[in-house]
Amino acid sequence: MDRIPILKLGEALLVTIQVDMHDRLALALEEDLTTRIVEYSAKGVLIDISALEIVDSFIGRTLGNIAMIAKVLDADTVVVGMRPAVAITLVELGLSLPGVRTALNAERGMAMIKRRIDDGYPISEYEDEGGS
Amino acid sequence: MARSTVPIRNGEDVVRVRQEVRRLAIEAGLGLVDQTKVVTAASELARNTLDYGKGGQAVMDIVQNGARRGVRIVFEDNGPGIADIELALKDGYTSGKGMGLGLGGARRLCNEFAIVSTPGKGTMVTIARWK
Repeated sequence: MDRIPILKLGEALLVTIQVDMHDRLALALEEDLTTRIVEYSAKGVLIDISALEIVDSFIGRTLGNIAMIAKVLDADTVVVGMRPAVAITLVELGLSLPGVRTALNAERGMAMIKRRIDDGYPISEYEDEGGS
Repeated sequence: MARSTVPIRNGEDVVRVRQEVRRLAIEAGLGLVDQTKVVTAASELARNTLDYGKGGQAVMDIVQNGARRGVRIVFEDNGPGIADIELALKDGYTSGKGMGLGLGGARRLCNEFAIVSTPGKGTMVTIARWK
């Protein structure tokens, strides 16, 4: 079965979804990411969905699950690059991706993760205290 | 006009439905947001056909209504059917492992939505999105 590649970048993991995922592929990604987070003691996971033409409820739920599992394993997940049409559709579908951090692009997402790695605070805590 | 039938027997077929709906939506002249909405709705319904209907098929057409063009898709299965359609359309209701957004969400994403179900016989869901 195909797998979506996971790259290690320092203490972060980088995933770029470039195919139209069927459900089993999404579940395989969830499993593989969980394994890698532990294997590499990763602190952050960046998921680039800029190539995804749709996010339906299953893919949305999988992204939410990945973020939750990562959290339990002390890693933060940032989903980046959502297309505007996908964002409009997601909201109309009724999916708000609770617990999933998003950033406009990979650069900003990486900056969020890097800040977390440098400061040691989870992203949410950092932003609560930060008051920038 | 061109009619396309995609059997739905596994997860790869759900992807095939998405791709075929996208192709027809582009051919019908739908804008990017409308394309995305109808493809997402089709993905939800194709998954329902697979998970709850035990498989079936999607039949799709480009349709014309006066000056308007659009895409219509009919999802059919011979599964157990839906006993209470009103309940099944409610957000958050699920009889299985889903999030309960499939049917209600698909209805919100389309201009037309119709569902006919006979317990023990199967379910037919028809959606359309116009330009």
